[in-house]
Amino acid sequence: MITFLINGQLRSVDVDPYQPLLWVIREQLKLTGTKFGCGIAQCGACTVHLDGEPVRSCSTPLAAAEGSNVTTIEGLKSEDGTLHVLQEAWIEHQVPQCGYCQSGQLMSAAALLAQTKDPSDQDIDEAMRGNICRCGAYGRIRDAIKTAASALQNSTEEGPDNG
Amino acid sequence: MGKWTRRGVITAGVLTGGALAVGVAIRPGHRAPRLADMMTDAGETLVNVWVKIAPDNTVTAIVPHSEMGQGVLTVMAQMLADEMDADWNKVAWEQAPAHEAYANFILAREYLAGDLNVPGIVQDTLNGAFLSITQAMGLQITGGSTAVRFTGEGGMRIAGAAAREMIVKAAAKAWNVPSKDIRTELGHVHHDATGRSEPYARFAAQAGRYAPPTQPRLKTADEFRLMGQPLKRFDIPSKVDGSATFGIDVDLPGMKYAAVMGPPVLGTDVVDLDATAAEAMPGVIKVLNKGSFVAVVADGYWQAQQAISALNVRWSETSGSRMDEAAVFAQLRTAMDQAIEAGDEKKDVSTGQARRIIGASDKTYGAEYTVPFLAHAAMEPLNATAWVRDGKVDLWSGLQNPLGIRNEIAKMVGIDRDNVEIHNVFLGGGFGRRAMTDYPLMAVEIASEFDVPIKMIWSREEDTTQDYYRPAAVSRFTAALDEAGQPIAWDNQFVQKHDPPEASHIPYDIENQFIHYTKSEHHIRFGPWRSVDHTQHGFFIESFIDELAHQAGRDGYEFRRQLLEGSPRYLAALDAAAEAADWGAPLPDGHGQGIAIVDSFGTIVAQVARVDATGPQPRVTHVFSAADPGYVMNPDGFTAQIESGIIYGLTAALYGRITIQNGAVVQSNFHDYEMLRIDEAPEISVTLINSGAKVGGGGEPGTPPIAPAVTNAIFAATGQRVRDLPIIKSGQGIT
Repeated sequence: MITFLINGQLRSVDVDPYQPLLWVIREQLKLTGTKFGCGIAQCGACTVHLDGEPVRSCSTPLAAAEGSNVTTIEGLKSEDGTLHVLQEAWIEHQVPQCGYCQSGQLMSAAALLAQTKDPSDQDIDEAMRGNICRCGAYGRIRDAIKTAASALQNSTEEGPDNG
Repeated sequence: MGKWTRRGVITAGVLTGGALAVGVAIRPGHRAPRLADMMTDAGETLVNVWVKIAPDNTVTAIVPHSEMGQGVLTVMAQMLADEMDADWNKVAWEQAPAHEAYANFILAREYLAGDLNVPGIVQDTLNGAFLSITQAMGLQITGGSTAVRFTGEGGMRIAGAAAREMIVKAAAKAWNVPSKDIRTELGHVHHDATGRSEPYARFAAQAGRYAPPTQPRLKTADEFRLMGQPLKRFDIPSKVDGSATFGIDVDLPGMKYAAVMGPPVLGTDVVDLDATAAEAMPGVIKVLNKGSFVAVVADGYWQAQQAISALNVRWSETSGSRMDEAAVFAQLRTAMDQAIEAGDEKKDVSTGQARRIIGASDKTYGAEYTVPFLAHAAMEPLNATAWVRDGKVDLWSGLQNPLGIRNEIAKMVGIDRDNVEIHNVFLGGGFGRRAMTDYPLMAVEIASEFDVPIKMIWSREEDTTQDYYRPAAVSRFTAALDEAGQPIAWDNQFVQKHDPPEASHIPYDIENQFIHYTKSEHHIRFGPWRSVDHTQHGFFIESFIDELAHQAGRDGYEFRRQLLEGSPRYLAALDAAAEAADWGAPLPDGHGQGIAIVDSFGTIVAQVARVDATGPQPRVTHVFSAADPGYVMNPDGFTAQIESGIIYGLTAALYGRITIQNGAVVQSNFHDYEMLRIDEAPEISVTLINSGAKVGGGGEPGTPPIAPAVTNAIFAATGQRVRDLPIIKSGQGIT
């Protein structure tokens, strides 16, 4: 039995600890926003946060999540349903086309913004080059990350009560 | 639309609860009996598109196309709602069920009328090995960039305009005023003289009792309110929070999972299967030997996939088992040589005396180009969920051709089509691959052995090695040149021809042309790949014309301009791209720019690529694209499609190469079938041109010009001509 927090909820699963976290999330926990793309950590579609770090869940054994805090795309919104600033920017820039890779893109971008408030193009390249988009939305992804970063900075500068 | 108004019909009715429904339909007993047989049973009405107006004034567009990221749901609703003068805030969509009633009739009509505008992808599917017109197939196909130009123009707009006219008529009667004095706006009818105003829904029931107009008046471009606007897509909110349901996300009670393994050499069969180890693995329920593939059904997908890896399978051998990539190209070249020797070239275009002039000329120039096999590599690996029980089949999957698949399933299982229900969901990319029927049929075959639903998921390795590939092809050109280096005769021989038939045609004003081809069969199966034959011919033609420009000592842009003087749409697109790129402005040492222009699926696209060739590998820094689809229905959506087409084509141009060894596909996953990533993606600008020409497609036309624009830029930067794609692995780039 492996126990961990996922999107703020404590869950225990009784499956092979070597089973990749991806399939536990999708099949046991029924959170299908996290996608299977390649199975070998080459495409980033399965990206989730493990204790705040972006990981490829297709190549992360369930055992690695024991006692950890896992966040998936379903947990990116606030508890009250408010979209993450990146999700807002993704809609504003109409980023997704087929949309299949976008959960992974957003989770990689969210990890980037959590660490780097004002990412440069090079920061974006480094954080996002592990995420393939076959619809070629790369330009919009870059623009949306910058929009989200400046929205975050504005809200920080203004403070929570001045908005 | 003359034929349309005589042979088609607009239907209307009132639904339970007072909703008005208006559809564009074809009368039973249509004069084209093949069409009637194909699409309907006797007496059944065939409906193409529907709009519903609910009592709360919500307008719902029922869309007979699949959403795979191209924004089709939104743009279809946009076209319908504009003609209706509906309130966009109260417009919704529904995916049409996979039923003949929602078949893409406009496609069928144009196909049967022999109209050359019918996209090749459809003809290929119709004529191909998978579907036959005599099998009563349906035509609810998404492909060939058809949605806007056929379903939208011929169906959605007409349904919307008809619904509006009927509501106006009902309001006029109720208010006892002339119809012409009634104005419509935002889902309301207004009579300004008396200050009356009501929502459409108020008159829906009465409107449904009228005979629909046979020829509703469509808006002209200056009257558009929604068409031409960058409206936001309906499907995007669900694609940023993980809630969108793709085929792979379908979840059913009691469902089990299947992993599969196809033959390494396509077309071979299982000779021997040792499943001892796999059957003993945890969670494994059953190992199936289906002859042409093997499957493991287990409690979970990972368990099934682990067990697949533990199977010991021996496959049969064919002549294909000895092929490698070099042998394929040798075979193609031999077929081309033999066709010339035997004089049995298949003619594509023959005007003037190209051969005679080239033979007599003392100034000729020739070149040969090749392109490799390509896989589609959609982000969502192929999958389908099937539930077979009580003589019925339910199938959940992302499909570009749901009706064709429904018919294939009915035929395979031996049941009536009415007992096959297709649940089409979002596609995680299609690019032509999801128009094929192999993977849903496999899911049904597996599920036939169980009474619970089975979700079959292909590994990325299966997805890469069991594709229907963009064919490897060779193209040879010879031109005769006049004293100034202008081409006066054009001879082009190529191998492999699928669709569209005009893909090898050139827009350039060259009097004498002989364009001809041969076919050469092998076991690597063909599939339509984004823009189909235009991918290779765009590269071939636009490379050779660039070589001719260089031979003449001329600038590539000016050289094309002169040969396009009689074609104003081409000139406008070419000029727009050149202007956006500031063509001719000096670039740093080791940088170069290249230009290309291709007309595909009714849309002309010109692109200028800028390349930085100073590093170990060429880097495409900018792409300036200009596109003329006649009229841009949704500028942001169309721009996204062009951007997407560029990245898809650039990925193939730089890296795309499926090779064959001992008959099998060598590449297996993204580590050896490489994709362009964000750090290599160029800055892209898209200039849109509303020329007023017949509306063209959006999904595919961005792809064909990018490869030659880039290789022409590499030539400008380095003097090295890339004649064999891909650029990076060909050894002929600047590596």
